[in-house]
Amino acid sequence: MTDIHPLADDKLLSIGTRLLKSRLILGSGRYGSFREMQQCHRAAEVDCVTVAVRREKLHDSAGNNILDFLDDKIVLLPNTAGCFEASAAIRTAIMGREILERLGNPGANWVKLEVLGDSRTLLPDPLETLRATEALTELGFEVLVYTSDDPVIARKLKQAGAVAVMPGGSPIGSGQGIANPLNLQIILEQLKSDDPDYPVIVDAGLGSPADVAQALEMGADGVLLNTAVARATHPVSMAIAMKLAVLSGRLGFLAGRIDKSRYGSASTPEIGMISQNTPNDN
Amino acid sequence: MPTARDYANPVSIWINDTRQSLEGSMSVDQLLQQLAIVNPAVAVEVNRELVPRATFADTFLKQDDRVEIVTLSGGG
Repeated sequence: MTDIHPLADDKLLSIGTRLLKSRLILGSGRYGSFREMQQCHRAAEVDCVTVAVRREKLHDSAGNNILDFLDDKIVLLPNTAGCFEASAAIRTAIMGREILERLGNPGANWVKLEVLGDSRTLLPDPLETLRATEALTELGFEVLVYTSDDPVIARKLKQAGAVAVMPGGSPIGSGQGIANPLNLQIILEQLKSDDPDYPVIVDAGLGSPADVAQALEMGADGVLLNTAVARATHPVSMAIAMKLAVLSGRLGFLAGRIDKSRYGSASTPEIGMISQNTPNDN
Repeated sequence: MPTARDYANPVSIWINDTRQSLEGSMSVDQLLQQLAIVNPAVAVEVNRELVPRATFADTFLKQDDRVEIVTLSGGG
Protein backbone atom coordinates (compact mmCIF):
# COMPACT_ATOMS: atom_id res chain seq x y z
CA MET A 1 0.00 0.00 0.00
CA THR A 2 1.35 3.40 -0.97
CA ASP A 3 -0.27 4.77 2.07
CA ILE A 4 0.35 8.45 2.13
CA HIS A 5 -3.31 8.93 3.05
CA PRO A 6 -5.07 5.72 4.15
CA LEU A 7 -8.40 7.55 4.49
CA ALA A 8 -8.41 8.02 0.73
CA ASP A 9 -8.46 4.23 0.39
CA ASP A 10 -11.00 3.75 3.17
CA LYS A 11 -14.29 2.09 2.42
CA LEU A 12 -17.54 3.94 2.88
CA LEU A 13 -19.54 2.90 5.91
CA SER A 14 -21.85 0.17 4.65
CA ILE A 15 -24.99 -0.49 6.69
CA GLY A 16 -27.54 -2.90 5.27
CA THR A 17 -28.19 -1.81 1.68
CA ARG A 18 -26.91 1.73 2.23
CA LEU A 19 -23.54 3.46 2.11
CA LEU A 20 -22.71 6.45 4.27
CA LYS A 21 -19.87 8.88 3.58
CA SER A 22 -19.62 10.01 7.17
CA ARG A 23 -18.95 7.71 10.11
CA LEU A 24 -20.62 10.24 12.37
CA ILE A 25 -24.39 9.98 12.84
CA LEU A 26 -26.02 12.83 14.75
CA GLY A 27 -29.35 13.12 16.47
CA SER A 28 -31.93 15.87 16.12
CA GLY A 29 -33.01 16.27 19.74
CA ARG A 30 -32.16 18.62 22.62
CA TYR A 31 -30.79 21.48 20.50
CA GLY A 32 -31.51 25.06 21.47
CA SER A 33 -33.34 25.52 18.17
CA PHE A 34 -33.93 23.78 14.86
CA ARG A 35 -31.65 26.37 13.25
CA GLU A 36 -28.81 25.46 15.57
CA MET A 37 -29.43 21.77 14.88
CA GLN A 38 -29.16 22.36 11.15
CA GLN A 39 -25.93 24.32 11.59
CA CYS A 40 -24.47 21.41 13.57
CA HIS A 41 -25.49 18.85 10.96
CA ARG A 42 -23.91 20.97 8.24
CA ALA A 43 -20.75 21.72 10.24
CA ALA A 44 -20.27 18.02 11.00
CA GLU A 45 -21.04 17.09 7.35
CA VAL A 46 -23.22 14.18 8.39
CA ASP A 47 -25.34 12.29 5.88
CA CYS A 48 -27.48 10.41 8.41
CA VAL A 49 -29.53 11.88 11.26
CA THR A 50 -31.82 10.17 13.75
CA VAL A 51 -35.37 11.39 14.28
CA ALA A 52 -38.10 10.41 16.71
CA VAL A 53 -41.74 9.52 16.07
CA ARG A 54 -44.02 11.49 18.36
CA ARG A 55 -47.63 12.57 18.58
CA GLU A 56 -48.56 15.46 16.33
CA LYS A 57 -49.39 18.61 18.28
CA LEU A 58 -53.05 19.14 17.54
CA HIS A 59 -53.26 22.77 18.58
CA ASP A 60 -49.95 24.21 17.44
CA SER A 61 -49.72 23.50 13.74
CA ALA A 62 -48.27 26.99 13.11
CA GLY A 63 -45.00 26.03 14.84
CA ASN A 64 -41.78 25.23 13.02
CA ASN A 65 -41.61 21.81 11.43
CA ILE A 66 -38.35 19.97 12.06
CA LEU A 67 -38.44 18.74 8.46
CA ASP A 68 -37.77 22.27 7.25
CA PHE A 69 -34.41 22.08 9.02
CA LEU A 70 -33.29 18.65 7.84
CA ASP A 71 -31.46 18.97 4.52
CA ASP A 72 -32.94 16.90 1.70
CA LYS A 73 -29.82 14.82 1.16
CA ILE A 74 -29.82 13.53 4.73
CA VAL A 75 -30.86 9.93 5.30
CA LEU A 76 -33.28 9.98 8.21
CA LEU A 77 -32.97 7.17 10.72
CA PRO A 78 -36.24 6.96 12.67
CA ASN A 79 -35.81 5.72 16.21
CA THR A 80 -38.05 3.97 18.70
CA ALA A 81 -36.75 6.01 21.61
CA GLY A 82 -38.76 5.83 24.78
CA CYS A 83 -40.33 2.44 24.02
CA PHE A 84 -40.28 -0.01 26.92
CA GLU A 85 -41.79 -3.00 25.15
CA ALA A 86 -41.17 -4.69 21.83
CA SER A 87 -44.76 -4.16 20.68
CA ALA A 88 -44.57 -0.37 21.12
CA ALA A 89 -41.21 -0.28 19.33
CA ILE A 90 -42.62 -2.26 16.42
CA ARG A 91 -45.65 0.04 16.10
CA THR A 92 -43.39 3.09 16.28
CA ALA A 93 -41.11 1.68 13.60
CA ILE A 94 -44.06 0.95 11.33
CA MET A 95 -45.35 4.51 11.69
CA GLY A 96 -41.89 5.94 11.11
CA ARG A 97 -41.59 3.92 7.92
CA GLU A 98 -44.96 5.17 6.73
CA ILE A 99 -43.89 8.79 7.24
CA LEU A 100 -40.50 8.38 5.57
CA GLU A 101 -42.03 6.56 2.61
CA ARG A 102 -44.40 9.47 2.21
CA LEU A 103 -41.42 11.84 2.26
CA GLY A 104 -39.52 9.70 -0.22
CA ASN A 105 -36.60 9.52 2.23
CA PRO A 106 -34.17 6.63 1.70
CA GLY A 107 -34.19 5.84 5.42
CA ALA A 108 -37.74 4.49 5.13
CA ASN A 109 -36.87 0.86 5.78
CA TRP A 110 -34.34 1.75 8.45
CA VAL A 111 -35.00 1.82 12.14
CA LYS A 112 -32.81 2.63 15.09
CA LEU A 113 -34.34 0.14 17.47
CA GLU A 114 -34.28 1.14 21.09
CA VAL A 115 -36.26 -0.77 23.71
CA LEU A 116 -35.50 0.44 27.19
CA GLY A 117 -35.67 -1.60 30.36
CA ASP A 118 -35.07 1.00 33.04
CA SER A 119 -36.24 4.58 33.15
CA ARG A 120 -33.44 5.86 35.38
CA THR A 121 -30.39 4.43 33.65
CA LEU A 122 -32.11 4.26 30.25
CA LEU A 123 -30.35 0.95 29.76
CA PRO A 124 -31.92 -1.31 27.15
CA ASP A 125 -34.09 -4.36 27.82
CA PRO A 126 -32.12 -7.13 26.11
CA LEU A 127 -35.02 -9.59 25.82
CA GLU A 128 -37.51 -7.12 24.37
CA THR A 129 -34.78 -5.72 22.12
CA LEU A 130 -34.04 -9.19 20.75
CA ARG A 131 -37.75 -9.93 20.17
CA ALA A 132 -38.27 -6.63 18.38
CA THR A 133 -35.14 -7.16 16.25
CA GLU A 134 -36.48 -10.51 15.05
CA ALA A 135 -39.96 -9.15 14.37
CA LEU A 136 -38.83 -6.02 12.54
CA THR A 137 -36.33 -7.96 10.43
CA GLU A 138 -39.19 -10.28 9.50
CA LEU A 139 -41.22 -7.22 8.47
CA GLY A 140 -38.48 -6.14 6.06
CA PHE A 141 -36.82 -3.48 8.17
CA GLU A 142 -33.09 -2.96 8.29
CA VAL A 143 -32.59 -2.83 12.03
CA LEU A 144 -29.78 -0.79 13.58
CA VAL A 145 -30.07 -1.90 17.14
CA TYR A 146 -29.10 -0.02 20.26
CA THR A 147 -27.89 -2.39 22.95
CA SER A 148 -25.78 -2.50 26.07
CA ASP A 149 -22.08 -3.35 25.90
CA ASP A 150 -22.81 -7.02 26.65
CA PRO A 151 -20.96 -9.14 24.08
CA VAL A 152 -23.39 -12.07 24.26
CA ILE A 153 -26.51 -10.08 23.53
CA ALA A 154 -24.62 -8.16 20.83
CA ARG A 155 -23.85 -11.46 19.09
CA LYS A 156 -27.45 -12.64 19.39
CA LEU A 157 -28.74 -9.39 17.89
CA LYS A 158 -26.47 -9.83 14.91
CA GLN A 159 -27.68 -13.42 14.52
CA ALA A 160 -31.29 -12.18 14.73
CA GLY A 161 -30.72 -10.14 11.59
CA ALA A 162 -29.69 -6.66 12.77
CA VAL A 163 -27.80 -4.85 9.99
CA ALA A 164 -25.77 -2.98 12.62
CA VAL A 165 -25.24 -3.48 16.31
CA MET A 166 -24.89 -0.26 18.29
CA PRO A 167 -23.58 -0.80 21.81
CA GLY A 168 -23.77 2.09 24.22
CA GLY A 169 -20.49 3.27 25.71
CA SER A 170 -22.39 4.23 28.88
CA PRO A 171 -25.96 5.31 29.68
CA ILE A 172 -27.72 7.51 27.12
CA GLY A 173 -26.91 11.18 27.54
CA SER A 174 -24.54 10.53 30.46
CA GLY A 175 -21.36 11.75 28.79
CA GLN A 176 -19.40 9.05 30.62
CA GLY A 177 -17.64 7.83 27.51
CA ILE A 178 -16.72 4.18 27.01
CA ALA A 179 -17.20 2.78 30.49
CA ASN A 180 -16.05 -0.73 29.66
CA PRO A 181 -13.56 -0.72 26.79
CA LEU A 182 -12.88 -4.43 27.32
CA ASN A 183 -16.49 -5.31 26.50
CA LEU A 184 -16.47 -3.08 23.44
CA GLN A 185 -13.25 -4.73 22.27
CA ILE A 186 -14.80 -8.18 22.69
CA ILE A 187 -17.93 -7.10 20.78
CA LEU A 188 -15.80 -5.77 17.94
CA GLU A 189 -13.71 -8.94 17.78
CA GLN A 190 -16.66 -11.31 17.95
CA LEU A 191 -18.96 -9.55 15.51
CA LYS A 192 -16.22 -8.93 13.00
CA SER A 193 -14.23 -12.16 13.31
CA ASP A 194 -15.72 -13.76 10.20
CA ASP A 195 -17.29 -10.60 8.84
CA PRO A 196 -14.83 -7.67 9.15
CA ASP A 197 -17.15 -5.13 7.54
CA TYR A 198 -20.10 -5.87 9.85
CA PRO A 199 -20.92 -2.43 11.27
CA VAL A 200 -20.57 -1.81 14.99
CA ILE A 201 -21.48 1.73 15.96
CA VAL A 202 -21.03 3.16 19.44
CA ASP A 203 -24.36 4.74 20.17
CA ALA A 204 -24.67 6.25 23.58
CA GLY A 205 -22.87 7.94 26.44
CA LEU A 206 -20.03 9.55 24.52
CA GLY A 207 -19.29 13.03 25.82
CA SER A 208 -16.12 14.38 24.27
CA PRO A 209 -14.05 14.22 21.10
CA ALA A 210 -11.59 12.00 22.98
CA ASP A 211 -14.37 9.45 23.61
CA VAL A 212 -15.26 9.49 19.93
CA ALA A 213 -11.67 9.10 18.80
CA GLN A 214 -11.24 6.21 21.25
CA ALA A 215 -14.25 4.37 19.77
CA LEU A 216 -12.97 4.75 16.22
CA GLU A 217 -9.40 3.90 17.19
CA MET A 218 -10.63 0.68 18.74
CA GLY A 219 -12.17 -0.25 15.41
CA ALA A 220 -15.78 0.83 15.79
CA ASP A 221 -17.21 1.69 12.37
CA GLY A 222 -18.84 4.89 13.53
CA VAL A 223 -20.50 6.72 16.38
CA LEU A 224 -23.97 8.07 16.98
CA LEU A 225 -24.15 11.22 19.08
CA ASN A 226 -26.83 13.58 20.19
CA THR A 227 -26.49 15.12 23.65
CA ALA A 228 -22.71 15.53 23.42
CA VAL A 229 -23.19 18.00 20.60
CA ALA A 230 -26.62 19.45 21.31
CA ARG A 231 -25.88 20.27 24.95
CA ALA A 232 -22.30 21.47 24.51
CA THR A 233 -21.74 25.10 25.45
CA HIS A 234 -21.02 25.80 21.77
CA PRO A 235 -22.79 23.06 19.79
CA VAL A 236 -21.53 24.02 16.34
CA SER A 237 -17.91 24.05 17.52
CA MET A 238 -18.47 20.68 19.16
CA ALA A 239 -20.01 19.31 15.97
CA ILE A 240 -16.81 20.23 14.13
CA ALA A 241 -14.68 18.78 16.94
CA MET A 242 -16.62 15.51 16.71
CA LYS A 243 -16.21 15.34 12.95
CA LEU A 244 -12.46 15.78 13.36
CA ALA A 245 -12.39 13.20 16.17
CA VAL A 246 -14.08 10.67 13.90
CA LEU A 247 -11.54 11.32 11.16
CA SER A 248 -8.68 11.26 13.64
CA GLY A 249 -9.80 8.05 15.32
CA ARG A 250 -10.52 6.30 12.04
CA LEU A 251 -7.19 7.34 10.57
CA GLY A 252 -5.46 6.20 13.76
CA PHE A 253 -7.17 2.82 13.47
CA LEU A 254 -6.23 2.41 9.82
CA ALA A 255 -2.69 3.61 10.43
CA GLY A 256 -2.10 0.98 13.13
CA ARG A 257 -0.87 2.27 16.45
CA ILE A 258 2.42 1.15 18.05
CA ASP A 259 2.46 -1.54 20.69
CA LYS A 260 2.60 -0.41 24.30
CA SER A 261 5.81 -1.18 26.15
CA ARG A 262 6.81 -1.04 29.79
CA TYR A 263 10.13 0.73 29.08
CA GLY A 264 11.35 3.71 27.10
CA SER A 265 12.56 3.42 23.55
CA ALA A 266 14.72 6.30 22.34
CA SER A 267 13.56 8.02 19.21
CA THR A 268 16.97 9.65 18.72
CA PRO A 269 19.83 7.27 17.87
CA GLU A 270 22.46 6.68 20.58
CA ILE A 271 25.27 6.18 18.06
CA GLY A 272 27.58 9.19 17.97
CA MET A 273 26.65 10.41 21.43
CA ILE A 274 29.45 12.31 23.23
CA SER A 275 31.06 10.65 26.30
CA GLN A 276 29.19 10.88 29.59
CA ASN A 277 28.18 8.82 32.63
CA THR A 278 24.64 7.40 32.51
CA PRO A 279 22.53 6.54 35.60
CA ASN A 280 22.54 2.79 34.94
CA ASP A 281 26.37 2.49 34.63
CA ASN A 282 27.61 -0.14 37.16
CA MET B 1 -69.00 0.12 5.90
CA PRO B 2 -70.85 2.65 8.05
CA THR B 3 -74.58 3.00 7.58
CA ALA B 4 -76.46 6.26 7.05
CA ARG B 5 -77.36 6.14 10.72
CA ASP B 6 -73.71 6.06 11.71
CA TYR B 7 -73.01 9.20 9.73
CA ALA B 8 -75.88 11.00 11.38
CA ASN B 9 -75.06 10.18 15.00
CA PRO B 10 -72.30 11.90 16.93
CA VAL B 11 -69.41 9.64 17.86
CA SER B 12 -66.82 10.08 20.52
CA ILE B 13 -63.30 8.88 19.85
CA TRP B 14 -59.87 9.19 21.45
CA ILE B 15 -57.23 11.20 19.61
CA ASN B 16 -53.77 10.94 21.13
CA ASP B 17 -55.41 10.03 24.45
CA THR B 18 -57.84 12.97 24.41
CA ARG B 19 -61.60 12.45 24.10
CA GLN B 20 -63.02 14.18 21.08
CA SER B 21 -66.57 14.30 19.75
CA LEU B 22 -67.31 14.13 16.07
CA GLU B 23 -70.64 15.21 14.60
CA GLY B 24 -70.84 11.90 12.83
CA SER B 25 -68.65 9.13 11.58
CA MET B 26 -65.97 10.43 9.29
CA SER B 27 -62.96 9.07 7.46
CA VAL B 28 -59.38 9.50 8.63
CA ASP B 29 -58.93 11.90 5.73
CA GLN B 30 -61.85 14.01 6.91
CA LEU B 31 -60.61 13.92 10.49
CA LEU B 32 -57.19 15.29 9.47
CA GLN B 33 -58.94 18.06 7.53
CA GLN B 34 -61.14 18.89 10.50
CA LEU B 35 -58.09 19.02 12.77
CA ALA B 36 -56.39 21.28 10.21
CA ILE B 37 -53.36 19.00 10.07
CA VAL B 38 -51.51 20.13 6.97
CA ASN B 39 -48.20 18.46 7.85
CA PRO B 40 -47.69 15.79 5.18
CA ALA B 41 -45.39 13.86 7.49
CA VAL B 42 -48.00 12.21 9.67
CA ALA B 43 -48.88 8.59 10.21
CA VAL B 44 -52.15 7.42 11.72
CA GLU B 45 -53.00 4.38 13.81
CA VAL B 46 -56.49 3.31 14.74
CA ASN B 47 -56.69 0.86 17.62
CA ARG B 48 -52.95 0.19 17.40
CA GLU B 49 -53.02 -0.72 13.71
CA LEU B 50 -51.42 1.49 11.08
CA VAL B 51 -53.84 3.02 8.61
CA PRO B 52 -51.93 3.17 5.31
CA ARG B 53 -52.23 6.57 3.71
CA ALA B 54 -53.85 5.02 0.64
CA THR B 55 -56.79 3.97 2.80
CA PHE B 56 -57.30 7.24 4.73
CA ALA B 57 -60.39 8.06 2.67
CA ASP B 58 -61.97 4.62 3.16
CA THR B 59 -61.25 4.18 6.86
CA PHE B 60 -64.19 5.40 8.93
CA LEU B 61 -63.98 6.08 12.62
CA LYS B 62 -66.35 4.39 15.07
CA GLN B 63 -67.39 5.13 18.63
CA ASP B 64 -64.47 4.74 21.09
CA ASP B 65 -61.85 4.21 18.41
CA ARG B 66 -58.40 5.09 19.66
CA VAL B 67 -56.56 7.20 17.11
CA GLU B 68 -52.87 8.03 17.23
CA ILE B 69 -51.59 10.77 14.94
CA VAL B 70 -47.80 10.99 14.91
CA THR B 71 -45.11 12.90 13.10
CA LEU B 72 -41.33 13.25 13.18
CA SER B 73 -39.66 15.18 15.95
CA GLY B 74 -36.19 15.64 17.35
CA GLY B 75 -34.49 12.64 18.86
CA GLY B 76 -31.24 10.78 19.23
